[in-house]
Amino acid sequence: MVRRRAPSGNHSVTRLSARQRRQLAHGLQYGILVVGVIVIVLLADWDAIRQSFLNTRIAKEGLPQLFTVALRNTLVYTVTGYAFGFTIGLALALMRLSSVGPYRWIAAGYIEIFRGLPALVIFLMIGSLPLGFPGFYLPGGVYGMACLGLGLVSAAYMAETFRAGLQAVPKGQMEAARSLGMPYGRAMVSIVIPQAFRIVIPPLTNELVLLFKDSSLVLFLGVTSSQVELAKFGNDQASTFANPTPILVSGMTYLLITIPLGYFARRLEASREIGR
Amino acid sequence: MTRSAYAVEVRNLHKSFGPLEVLKGIDFTVDSGQLVCIIGPSGSGKSTLLRCVNLLEEPTSGKVFVNGVELTDPDVDIDAERCRIGMVFQQFNLFPHLTVLRNVTIAQERVLKRSRAEAERIARAGLDRVGLGEKAGAFPAQLSGGQQQRVAIARALAMDPTLMLFDEPTSALDPELVGEVLAVMRKLTEDGMTMLVVTHEMGFAREVADRVVFIDGGVIVEDGPPEQVIGHPRHERTRTFLSRVLHPEA
Repeated sequence: MVRRRAPSGNHSVTRLSARQRRQLAHGLQYGILVVGVIVIVLLADWDAIRQSFLNTRIAKEGLPQLFTVALRNTLVYTVTGYAFGFTIGLALALMRLSSVGPYRWIAAGYIEIFRGLPALVIFLMIGSLPLGFPGFYLPGGVYGMACLGLGLVSAAYMAETFRAGLQAVPKGQMEAARSLGMPYGRAMVSIVIPQAFRIVIPPLTNELVLLFKDSSLVLFLGVTSSQVELAKFGNDQASTFANPTPILVSGMTYLLITIPLGYFARRLEASREIGR
Repeated sequence: MTRSAYAVEVRNLHKSFGPLEVLKGIDFTVDSGQLVCIIGPSGSGKSTLLRCVNLLEEPTSGKVFVNGVELTDPDVDIDAERCRIGMVFQQFNLFPHLTVLRNVTIAQERVLKRSRAEAERIARAGLDRVGLGEKAGAFPAQLSGGQQQRVAIARALAMDPTLMLFDEPTSALDPELVGEVLAVMRKLTEDGMTMLVVTHEMGFAREVADRVVFIDGGVIVEDGPPEQVIGHPRHERTRTFLSRVLHPEA
């Protein structure tokens, strides 16, 4: 379409109106989409895809261990790691806001280090702890190491979330509590922390989703078949049957948990906005 | 430990925030049962002075006595003293996660170690006193500003304070809600409560205050009965301030 600036007088004939431009852009986007879909449909080898990724016979081989072992272990790793990280994270946040300098430095250092390291590196180091400390043994074996690894990683993130939550509670709350004779610690526990918790529930739910996915790193700790979690379970099954369908099935199982949890977190966030 | 015979005694009080000196040597006293209003332009240091009386702000130097006890003495258990000094804030500062009743009982239980039943009995009586007995189960967000401020007063009174500090208690309220809060405060003066009130309500100050203290630039410019300080101010600064407050359009 020609859009040359026409001589004055009839320029309204050749120039597109705002509405026409919008329609053109819209049409163009749909056109690209349709072409893209057609190309994929024509080029894909549907039989091969069905055979490799949607093989129901192989998918069924994983049942019921997919749920009774792999999902169960994934949940155990996630929940214990989360509980550990939650405790350490809250402690770090309080240290970060402490009036005692060394506490602040330790907390800040921890947060910087553990947020800066890939979770994988932390797991590899935990896996090699027994080498540096002969006789080193964590209660629970792999479960203990997974809890430690996931806890150390999530604590750094949760500490920052808690800190933001604590700082979001208006200063007047602490002042009102202190003016009623409450010592600092009591005012923190009864007045400030409960309000901070409400503020951080949505981001902490998101952290739970992240940790649930990070639990796949447990495979680097060297697990037995009874300790296996979803990702390794899918991978092992895929090698056994020489077919990647189980990996897809594992992925779907993650989504079974992460999508509702993410939806729940967004709901919480939205209801908080309304409550304000 | 030095003692004092006054309900409140402030001696040579200085307070700086970094390089900014907000209070430049304040001396004043409050007798038991008196109501003293502190007035002055914004930024004059009147709120800082009030907050120094219960040590919410740590004075840079000088001494503060309440009921004869020197609060600025580092060996004094400030929490034990502070629970007998009620404070009411401009922004109410009710605890939003607790019901009205719980707002009034929590410090009674945690600080004074009263039983739940006793604390609730005292709280309900106190809420009745400020006309909010039926709001005990509500949350602060469900109340109007005036109602919240009355709950805040009941919360402070439940601790059996010997002194009440009010930091601009009506400044955050819609004009039609100011009266109900002032009425509660007026009732308190009739009960003989010692009160220190930072306020812009000149009518209230004139009517119920025993003394009015005018602060400007971190010093006390004028201190005397309301008919003198508000009615016939001696200092030019007081006159200028009052004419601005009383005739804002002029």
